[in-house]
Amino acid sequence: MNGKTVARTYDLPRWEGLLARFAESRHDGTVTQLLGSLLTPLAAVALFLLLWAFAAAHVTTSLGQLPGPLQVADQAGLLVDEHRRERAKETAFQARQESRNAELLARDPEAEVRIRPYTGKPTFLDQVVTSLWTVAAGFLVATLIAVPIGIACGMSRLLYRALNPLIQLFKPVSPLAWLPLVTMVVSAVYASPDPLVPKSFLTSAITVTLCCIWPTIINTTVGVASVDRDLVNVSRVLRLGWFTRSLKIVLPSAVPMIFTGLRLSLGIGWMVLIAAEMLAQNPGLGKFVWDEFQNGSSNSLARIMVAVLAIGLIGFLLDRVMLLLQRRVSWDRNAILR
Amino acid sequence: MEPQMIKARRALGAFPAAAGFRHAFSSSWRVLAGVLLGAALLAHGMAHAGIGAPEKEELKFGFIKLTDMAPLAIAYEKGYFEDEGLYVTLEAQANWKVLLDRVIDGQLDGAHMLAGQPLGATIGFGTQADIVTAFSMDLNGNGITVSNAVWQEMKAHVPHADGRPVHPIKADALKPVVTRYRSAGRPFNMGMVFPVSTHNYELRYWLAAGGIHPGYYAPHKGDITGQIQAEVLLSVTPPPQMPATMEAGTIHGYCVGEPWNQQAVFKGIGVPVVTDYEIWKDNPEKVFGVSKAWAEAHPNTHVRVVKALLRAAKWLDENDNANRPEAVGILAQSGYVGADAEVIANSMTGTFEYEKGDKRPVPDFNVFFRYHATYPYYSDAVWYLTQMRRWGQIAEPQPDAWYLEMARQVYRPEIYRQAAEALIAEGKMRADEFPDFATESGFRGPQTHFIDGVVYDGRQPNAYLEKFSIGLKGDDRV
Repeated sequence: MNGKTVARTYDLPRWEGLLARFAESRHDGTVTQLLGSLLTPLAAVALFLLLWAFAAAHVTTSLGQLPGPLQVADQAGLLVDEHRRERAKETAFQARQESRNAELLARDPEAEVRIRPYTGKPTFLDQVVTSLWTVAAGFLVATLIAVPIGIACGMSRLLYRALNPLIQLFKPVSPLAWLPLVTMVVSAVYASPDPLVPKSFLTSAITVTLCCIWPTIINTTVGVASVDRDLVNVSRVLRLGWFTRSLKIVLPSAVPMIFTGLRLSLGIGWMVLIAAEMLAQNPGLGKFVWDEFQNGSSNSLARIMVAVLAIGLIGFLLDRVMLLLQRRVSWDRNAILR
Repeated sequence: MEPQMIKARRALGAFPAAAGFRHAFSSSWRVLAGVLLGAALLAHGMAHAGIGAPEKEELKFGFIKLTDMAPLAIAYEKGYFEDEGLYVTLEAQANWKVLLDRVIDGQLDGAHMLAGQPLGATIGFGTQADIVTAFSMDLNGNGITVSNAVWQEMKAHVPHADGRPVHPIKADALKPVVTRYRSAGRPFNMGMVFPVSTHNYELRYWLAAGGIHPGYYAPHKGDITGQIQAEVLLSVTPPPQMPATMEAGTIHGYCVGEPWNQQAVFKGIGVPVVTDYEIWKDNPEKVFGVSKAWAEAHPNTHVRVVKALLRAAKWLDENDNANRPEAVGILAQSGYVGADAEVIANSMTGTFEYEKGDKRPVPDFNVFFRYHATYPYYSDAVWYLTQMRRWGQIAEPQPDAWYLEMARQVYRPEIYRQAAEALIAEGKMRADEFPDFATESGFRGPQTHFIDGVVYDGRQPNAYLEKFSIGLKGDDRV
């Protein structure tokens, strides 16, 4: 391109290589350029924080002044404190339970004693974990359904023509429209007195699945259907059978598109999850936001903003994880993946 | 003779060896032996007469973010549930409909419910389900708030004394405002929390007492908006969203429980005009509801839950509300009510702020235990049924016996009695803190403290309905 040898990421010293993986994939290996590619976004973020602090000081709602970055940081600290306090309460609870059980056993050695899980409310960090589990479950099921359908549609024009109208019909449906249906079906079908997973978890996960299968199906179909001309010619020259051709040429060539679809799906799934949790009452981030709104206390807005930032940060991290995976399986060195 | 002595004597007589002692020992030793034996037997008897082990120990109860969920929070935080061997998780619900649905389909074992919900569900208004209740969670606790603009107009029609409005403010002051809105072609909207909520009936009662028609329901025709022939249009909003909805202008006023009336004053978006204490002094408000199937499958658990709630209710009213500030601190936690402590504190500690700066003492704004607040009176259930009939939710006229039969199906004072007697036996409560179970009929005396002066006698629902000028009565149908 420009005459200079372009350093590959694996040539660089380890920490630079690590940084480079998160930054743009192309650079000429100098430290200054690396720092430049990091400092620009940092400067933009700093400017955004300043603007936010300025704007917040000038907007007053009925719940108090709009919180600026400092108040939000305060609340984030308080949420972590609450988590620690709740863990302390849990320890006390378990201690009480143990002493009660010991008493029971002392009176009657044959008595059946159980250790029950903590009954207190889930803290913010617990809710983050619940949300991650729910989106993982929904996304995994979506992938298991969507990828085979996409491959089948890509390989068979007939199947594609048959399924395409249905896909286009259900793709734009909002999760909030699916939710009542899913709730009713789960309530009717999943009726056991001692459920393995709570119904709210199932409802949220199924709603995530219903909304995030579509990008994967579509991208998989396109990826499988559009194999590079050169590769098709290679398979013709080698006179490969249908099965070998699919396994060795079509599927590997489709992998980048499949991963693009998966990345899109995960992004959409994470967004959908928050909405689904608010209504299905799954104890995750969506419920946290809804409960804070209902609380209407003077630090509710700041706490909601902490949740908004957390949602954004986690979505970003999930996307980066998918990107790393995609880079691993991508065979096209010329493609710039961001 | 004391029961212990009778038991001891019988016990001594039962053992032939003991009979021999009667001659061997002097009378004072006999008395001592008798008392000791009697005490042992009594303790043994108590352990067996106590409630059996709970059938289900891990329970999940739902609640809505209102200050009167306090008995549940206190029973949890003070360990009363754990004392009964119950491991309870309390979970806030999005709105009353979600809460009721989750109790019906078993996701929640029980919930903080509006007093009308078990009744409405049992008679089939909304989703039909058999819900029962054995514990009334509180009396009073609601208020009607109007927006600042409406209050400015109303003020002109409210009598003043010493520069302050005379309370209770009747809906007569609102009537000219409503008339003006309607003649200008603008609908006058007000919010309440649920079609079978106490708030709905109290708001309608207050409006009708002032000559304003709040609208009829016609479920037999499929119309459950409740706005037939209405001068004021009432609609449902979940409690925590009411201040925001009024601020947005969607509604001009609402009837809701605390802290959402005081929240409006604090945030400067509305003015509470009347509390339900003034509409009907010491009216029943929330109950602890469970599905009938659950109650039948878990009788011991149900009694134990009621025991824990009774202790919590007593703690809340103890020593003339001395524990209320601590309760406010607990309720202000984000997992319970979550509103600012100072907003919750007003009503819980016996004051109520009407206009900004106009704070008046209302010591019985929230009553959790005194005046037998926790007893599930049949007459309370019948009042709600009469109001359901008055506004058309019960479409067909019904004989008095039907009202009483429905009340008996839903309200379960016999379970309350078991719980109370167990607590008395354990020494945690005294018998004088409860109604006299031997003579209690389940009907309060005639209620004379309504804002419009109409007297309510729970034994004669149809006669009561005849006393109102606005509302269905007799054989009326919508």
